[in-house]
Amino acid sequence: MTILRFLSKRSWKTRPSPAILLGSTRPYSPAAVLPDGIDRTSDSFARNSLAVDQLLSDLQTHIRKVLGGGGAEAMRRNVSRNKLLPRERIDRLLDPGSSFLELSQLAGYELYDESLPSGGIVSGIGPVHGRLCMFVANDPTVKGGTYYPITVKKHLRAQEVAAQCHLPCIYLVDSGGANLPRQAEVFPDRDNFGRIFYNQAQMSSEGIPQIALVLGSCTAGGAYIPAMADESVIVKGNGTIFLAGPPLVKAATGEEVSAEDLGGASLHCKISGVSDHFADDELHGLAIGRRIVKNLYMAGKQGVINSQPNYTLEYKDPLYDVKELRLIAPADQKQPVDIRSVIARIVDGSEFDEFKKLYGTTLVTGFARIFGQSVGIIGNNGILFTESALKGTHFIELCAQRNIPLIFLQNITGFMVGSRSEAGGIAKAGAKMVMAVSCAKAAGVLAQIEQKQQEKATHRGKTVAMFHFTIVHSLTYDSMQWSEEEEEKFKDKVVEAYEREASPYYSTARLWDDGIIDPADTRKILGLCLSASIKHAPQDTKYGVFRM
Amino acid sequence: MRTSRRLGIRTVAVYSDADRGALHVKSADEAVRIGPPPARLSYLNASAIVEAALRNGAQAIHPGYGFLSESAEFAQLCETEGLIFVGPPASAIREMGDKSASKKIMGAAGVPLVPGYHGDIQDINLLKEEADKIGYPIIIKPTHGGGGKGMRIVQGPDEFIQSLLGAKREAAASFGIDTVLLEKYITKPRHIEVQVFGDKHGNVLHLYERDCSVQRRHQKIIEEAPAPHVKHEFRSHLGEAAVSAAKAVGYHSAGTVEFIVDTLSGKFYFMEMNTRLQVEHPVTEMIVGQDLVEWQIRVANGEPLPLIQSQVPLTGHAFEARIYAENVPRGFLPATGVLHHYRPVPLSSSVRVETGVGEGDTVSMHYDPMIAKLVVWGENRDAALIKLKDCLLKFQVAGLPTNINFLQRLANHWAFEDGLVETHFIEQYKNDLFTDSNDDKVAQEGQRDARLSAAFVAACLCKKEQIDQQKSVSGRDGLLSLWYADPPFRMHHCARRTIELDWDKESDGHDSELLKLSVTYNSNGSYFIEMSDNESPGMEVEVIDLENHNFRVHTDWLSTDVSLAVYIKDCDTHIHIWHGKHHHHFKQMVRLEQSSEDVSQHKSSFEAMSHPRGTVVAPMAGLVVKVLVENGSKVEDGQPILVLEAMKMEHVVKAPFSGYVHGLQIAAGQQVFDSNVLFRVQDG
Repeated sequence: MTILRFLSKRSWKTRPSPAILLGSTRPYSPAAVLPDGIDRTSDSFARNSLAVDQLLSDLQTHIRKVLGGGGAEAMRRNVSRNKLLPRERIDRLLDPGSSFLELSQLAGYELYDESLPSGGIVSGIGPVHGRLCMFVANDPTVKGGTYYPITVKKHLRAQEVAAQCHLPCIYLVDSGGANLPRQAEVFPDRDNFGRIFYNQAQMSSEGIPQIALVLGSCTAGGAYIPAMADESVIVKGNGTIFLAGPPLVKAATGEEVSAEDLGGASLHCKISGVSDHFADDELHGLAIGRRIVKNLYMAGKQGVINSQPNYTLEYKDPLYDVKELRLIAPADQKQPVDIRSVIARIVDGSEFDEFKKLYGTTLVTGFARIFGQSVGIIGNNGILFTESALKGTHFIELCAQRNIPLIFLQNITGFMVGSRSEAGGIAKAGAKMVMAVSCAKAAGVLAQIEQKQQEKATHRGKTVAMFHFTIVHSLTYDSMQWSEEEEEKFKDKVVEAYEREASPYYSTARLWDDGIIDPADTRKILGLCLSASIKHAPQDTKYGVFRM
Repeated sequence: MRTSRRLGIRTVAVYSDADRGALHVKSADEAVRIGPPPARLSYLNASAIVEAALRNGAQAIHPGYGFLSESAEFAQLCETEGLIFVGPPASAIREMGDKSASKKIMGAAGVPLVPGYHGDIQDINLLKEEADKIGYPIIIKPTHGGGGKGMRIVQGPDEFIQSLLGAKREAAASFGIDTVLLEKYITKPRHIEVQVFGDKHGNVLHLYERDCSVQRRHQKIIEEAPAPHVKHEFRSHLGEAAVSAAKAVGYHSAGTVEFIVDTLSGKFYFMEMNTRLQVEHPVTEMIVGQDLVEWQIRVANGEPLPLIQSQVPLTGHAFEARIYAENVPRGFLPATGVLHHYRPVPLSSSVRVETGVGEGDTVSMHYDPMIAKLVVWGENRDAALIKLKDCLLKFQVAGLPTNINFLQRLANHWAFEDGLVETHFIEQYKNDLFTDSNDDKVAQEGQRDARLSAAFVAACLCKKEQIDQQKSVSGRDGLLSLWYADPPFRMHHCARRTIELDWDKESDGHDSELLKLSVTYNSNGSYFIEMSDNESPGMEVEVIDLENHNFRVHTDWLSTDVSLAVYIKDCDTHIHIWHGKHHHHFKQMVRLEQSSEDVSQHKSSFEAMSHPRGTVVAPMAGLVVKVLVENGSKVEDGQPILVLEAMKMEHVVKAPFSGYVHGLQIAAGQQVFDSNVLFRVQDG
């Protein structure tokens, strides 16, 4: 599942109950076509437009910096070694002219004292010979490609997505290993460096191909990435694999040896057998990488998901401009977002067949298609009440049963609080929904429409999401509702910290999501995520005990 | 064959092993194999052809333009076997085929002749004496055959013997008879020939003249009819002389009487008569509006000529350009290879293209390297010339070097435009026609054009790739095609790529320049293209695919149709682009997904490219006909070492400088290939 989050300046706490006009205007319409839902004449519309332009231009500035990698000097050094930048390497592996869904571009943003563009590693999904692959590419221009804690986290997240979506992994290795000053945060814990190899082993055992292209150094722990791979390529001159480099070897044993003799392409292809393919230069190595993917073949594992495909080849575009998603989250914080106007801009033909429309109306559920693919959509349209949670649980079970991918459009402010709610067993209703979400094996994408984030999320639904994107825009994802009193009390003390931590950059830097996206790209990215997440065969869903 | 089909006559083609898939085989109703590739074992094997004809129940044989079309023996054989030979009587072929004999007959018939020696005595000393008597320069010609084969021009007495021997050898190889004749060599001549036609009832008429003066290696490349700057009176005289010539040998069917016109004196002399329908006959057909092949068939069938002399119309002007596979910068050496892309101009009533090849065919070294003849007609010479230039621009051939660019230069030359044609035209204006101007402005313009072409190539390639990718995944998986959307998706930025194109400045790939282009996929689907050297600002290019490698390209100042040809040869992707009046050729390195072991295997041939000084390589693939020196012998600068024959032409390989010959391990009769090392000349 993927999470998309919108950002804008707005407080969620005073949101009025949803005003939904759907159906009342066209009571007998057979096709469930959603209305436009945007008032283009309003002042707030113009204000939204301005606010979003500012947000997007900020984002562009950050992205430009990140695409520059480790800076001009490091890039120049990279070129002089006949090396390409990580994104250029990926471009050459991808099918020519094909798309690339990059994850967590802004990882590591203002996370450390030194800047660490993209967390020193580029990850994402794209097709090679028509097969979607997960790419994990070290950026040698950023701190020599060494692993910071966030680098490890990003690497692991990419592996997690690959494992969930059954995507072959291509590791473009060019790394000096762990960032030694931070080795305490990189090595010891369960979800640290060693987990990379554990994941490789697990995925390989599940038949998910692991391919390593050694395009630079691959030292110490890093040496296990190619060693653990199903197939590996090493580039003459630039690629080296060893547990300890020449200086350490000299210190340890007194042996003097060059890097190339110690762990170069010739040694590993001709003598040690650590690597399988010898590449004359980087381009050759990347070409071999493509050839390896071309030769991947898994009998019976590709192809039909159900005997009846969940998609149709012909599809209609939404009736309304997808770009207007930029304008939907109001700059005026008192205005509500009608989630249906979001759905109307995401789904084919703006057609949405609602499920349980009149019950638990603060949660909108229903079926639609995105680029011809059947999906179930769950969107918040206000505070969650007991009925909304039960409705959500029902709908998730329905989709899991039918193996229909789920799309979560989150715009949640929280569960309703108060004596009536507690007495009504809102905790029980919420638990049912968490159970359903956690156990459903259907593919899913979580799009989080996020306005100003007020509090740190305590629960992020990432456990169920194959992808988790934050749409640059609005909404907060929270499981807890704060009372006004409490907020007042906390406000003075932590308001400054909140302001900072509420920034989507803060959360995306820490990989609380898979990236921030432009609202205008929502439909496209949902399509790409769906494409990547429905590749594997359906699995049966088993639930735990529902508290009734 | 087209004419036959129109007349309802069934056709049987004959082919050698080399032509199994050739166009003439495909277009005939039936086809019969007559032997292996060498012409003397197949197309020159008269009995095999006659046997094939009899076996298939043919009633008549049309001999085409070459090979046996002027063989009296063949015509005789046909007559004996009861087949109709679509052509003149064997006696006329015999009389005209022997140049010495024909001149005697012409002299008797009052047709003017060039001073010369046409005697049967072929003693070398006598020939030398006669040559001295006529006065230099003189020309040596084989008495049999034509088409420039075996001809030699001798500037002075000291060159005579060597040229004579060469001429005799070539004549023997091509025609089987090595007798030669000598003639005064006219310094500023025009080659004008008259198309004549006779029937079996004694009627002979002429269909006006053709000017075939523009020649290279003594072979015609552009012909036109009527001849420019010819007065009506002169035209009549010429025609009458040609008719008398034909009548003198009792001619019927199509024939061509060739005259040499001395531009200085205005006199014309009989040269020879070709007793067949010639390659260039379509130019005549265009100006008289008749199908000469149909005339041939009707005449062979005993019908009288459909017109009398005064009824023969003369409308407009026609040009024929011969498109050859040849290496123009390397002295028009015949080229061989695969015709990867062949898209001739669209045909109309005023544009004809006659071709013996199609896309994917191999132009082999066994026969003539002519790819096509392009014939255009216009209301007058200027109109026809405009059409010729336009057609040459649009004539797309890729895969092997051709003379198309050269023909364009020729057609655009001021002297050609003015009709100042003569036999030495190419020699006289070689500076204009061959060398790229050293003028900086022109060079800069060339650079700019090439860069524009490169940008278009890059944009069109990206577009094509995208479309191909989309096609390959369409229908397989609904969502997978999203990954191949145009433009490709990138998170918060535009996809970019670098394309490296090696601009081939000459058709033979010896002078090239690497252009590095950076392509950005704009979000609106267009491309932003920059040159990596930053010499020019970037350019936005929008491409619309028109299918079949045709595109419409828009920039902010230009909108044009673009055609591409893309093929792979020798590990490179070759890309040709045609747009407006530009044609450029680029190479793109293919990143082979090959292991280094494969690379090392290619090394030996790669290293051969950089030879030490004094190494002489074969300039083309061919047969060694004669080795003139022995290994180890001392040679002078320019001394002939061996003689190669390819495409029925001889080529003398000379010593690059004085020294001793080493490593010469080639014997006569041996086959060599393009760029094979032949020998080495060393100082010691």
